Amino acid sequence: MNDPRAVSALEAAMSRTMTVPAAPPATETKVSARDVNVYYGEKHALKGVSIEVPERSVTAFIGPSGCGKSTFLRCINRMNDTIAGCRVTGEILIEGGNIYDPRLDVVELRARVGMVFQKPNPFPKSIFENVSYGPRIHGLARSRAELSEIVEQSLRKAGLWEEVKDRLGDPGTGLSGGQQQRLCIARAIAVSPEVILMDEPCSALDPIATARIEELIDDLKANYTIIIVTHSMQQAARVSQQTAFFHLGNLVETGATEQIFTTPRDKRTQDYITGRFG
Amino acid sequence: MTATDAAAGPGRPSASPAAGKVVASLRRRHAKERNFRLFGLAAVILGLGFVAILFASILVRGVPAFWQAVVVADVYFDPAVVKIEDPPVREAGESDAAFEQRRLAWETRVTMVNWNRLIEQALLRLVPDGEGKSRDLLALVSSSERYELRDMVVADPGIVGRTVRMELLASANVDVWLKGNIDRSLPDGQQALPAATRAWADQLRADGAIEMVFSRWLFLNVDSRSAPAAAGLAGAFVGSLYMMLIVVLLSVPIGVASAIYLEEFAPKNRLTDLIEVNINNLAAVPSIVFGLLGAAVFINYMKLPLSAPLVGGLVLTLMTLPTIIIATRSTLRAVPPSIKEAALGVGASPVQAVFHHVLPVAVPGILTATIIGVAQALGETAPLLLIGMSAFVANIPATPLDQSTALPVQVYLWQGNELRNFFESRTSAAIIVLLALMILLNFVAIVLRQRFQRRW
Repeated sequence: MNDPRAVSALEAAMSRTMTVPAAPPATETKVSARDVNVYYGEKHALKGVSIEVPERSVTAFIGPSGCGKSTFLRCINRMNDTIAGCRVTGEILIEGGNIYDPRLDVVELRARVGMVFQKPNPFPKSIFENVSYGPRIHGLARSRAELSEIVEQSLRKAGLWEEVKDRLGDPGTGLSGGQQQRLCIARAIAVSPEVILMDEPCSALDPIATARIEELIDDLKANYTIIIVTHSMQQAARVSQQTAFFHLGNLVETGATEQIFTTPRDKRTQDYITGRFG
Repeated sequence: MTATDAAAGPGRPSASPAAGKVVASLRRRHAKERNFRLFGLAAVILGLGFVAILFASILVRGVPAFWQAVVVADVYFDPAVVKIEDPPVREAGESDAAFEQRRLAWETRVTMVNWNRLIEQALLRLVPDGEGKSRDLLALVSSSERYELRDMVVADPGIVGRTVRMELLASANVDVWLKGNIDRSLPDGQQALPAATRAWADQLRADGAIEMVFSRWLFLNVDSRSAPAAAGLAGAFVGSLYMMLIVVLLSVPIGVASAIYLEEFAPKNRLTDLIEVNINNLAAVPSIVFGLLGAAVFINYMKLPLSAPLVGGLVLTLMTLPTIIIATRSTLRAVPPSIKEAALGVGASPVQAVFHHVLPVAVPGILTATIIGVAQALGETAPLLLIGMSAFVANIPATPLDQSTALPVQVYLWQGNELRNFFESRTSAAIIVLLALMILLNFVAIVLRQRFQRRW
């Protein structure tokens, strides 16, 4: 975070998200991948993926289990670095900057690219501490009051404020599954990321909690670029503007969501969305 | 379950061969389950039984040692016997060393006083027929009591000329005789005490002049050869305390830090595999080997003092480290990786993720590991024998560099003492103290674990 470039980038991102309310349909590319390959030891898990993800919209990655969609998602904030024996080639650009540049600080990247995991994983601490942790370690708040303000705003954006405002000191792990996942989303947006990655965020939730999260994703896209991995084609159809279909480590097809679901160009996409495999 | 089965029975094709096989196999499976449970229960009962026998035998033998015979007597500090001048007073312009020298000379003169004569006079008042048998009379009282009288005079010289009612500690042989730990029918030649002393002891006990009181000597005194009745655990206790302190101060930071590094940060390669295998091997090395290592490295090479709790603590630290590292690593491994991922996901550095999130969750486990390791070290004897801690030490160590023994070593020493009748129960009493300390440690571990777990 001592890198002045990083700070200015973060500030630029923050000011942009603050000043542009309910942005018009975005066209600018936020994330672009060029010929990304991932190897887990000998296994070639992701084969030459290239994709453009537009700004302030929801992009869904769909595909059968083991197709590489989660692997690719975890490349975008370099979470794969933590896996022993994992190797990534190619480049991923966020606003033109390669995140696999050796000079790039991973910590700074993860402040710009937040992540929500498959299983709700709040810290075993209070609700307040869960949300304030990110801003605290990045030094985003100068005072306790400012920190409280960030926590409140994040919880409001995550649609959780009304439910927890009277018990911010309670442990985050005591919430229901859906609330926990919204807490994790609040935690992610508390550091004002530009991109939020969601790895099957609803797979551990019941339909009502899922609906709430989907609504939330729809609201968040006004300010954030969201990439969501999902097993549910209905969910992809409901929440996303772009869809990318992965199969056996290949990016088969990408395009506007209506187009993918109505007139897929590739036979494999056709087979998958009509339920012939998966 | 069986009721619904029976009710549903006729309605479903239970007569099918598969269902019959299931029923037949069920019987076999249930029998297996029952047998296994019985076996487990039997094993638990057997184990508990042995523990009960162990504890019962230690308690039965050791508890009587917590009470010791004392002769309640009026001791007259006869000025005719205690012929000493007033203690030296510091003169103006006298140096510290010169005054100290005069003071020591005075104390030496005080020690030379015939204190036994005072004890003899006090006892004669209880048993007038002891006149002229001073040897037999003095055998009633522990030889440490004359120093007790001296210390009283040194502390307060004004006591001379007065009569003080005192509990004079009975000698070990009298204690043994009165507790019935020696065969009373043995002929005189085989008895440790003269016939007259034995008769007086019984008489005084019957008169109530000899009482059984709680043995403060066991806790306040150091080991003693000349006055076995006054032998205590204080020196060994303090020695063990110093060693535990050193073990905790060294092995916890080093062990936990190594465990965190190996588990969370170290690259997984041949070298770290080798380190891991060796740590596991070290945990299995017999403790006496650590004693040899300590003797070779700390005493022969580094020239640290023999019999010192510092060296004992270092050796026990070496022995405890693998235990703490292995247990801490398994605790860290049990922390769900999702917590660490979550921290990394919001941009925590790996060190922040571990110290802010993984470690706090692992603290209860680490505490347990530490206490197990420390308790193990507390009871360890073999390595201490090799670094000279089995020597007879009659002082409470003032620093970890002074000579000392340790509680388990004291048990070993008393166990081998030639005065079997007396030290058998003394040994069991020392074991009780050691076990009580262990139970206390475990209790602390449980309390700490509960406290830390409740926070989340």
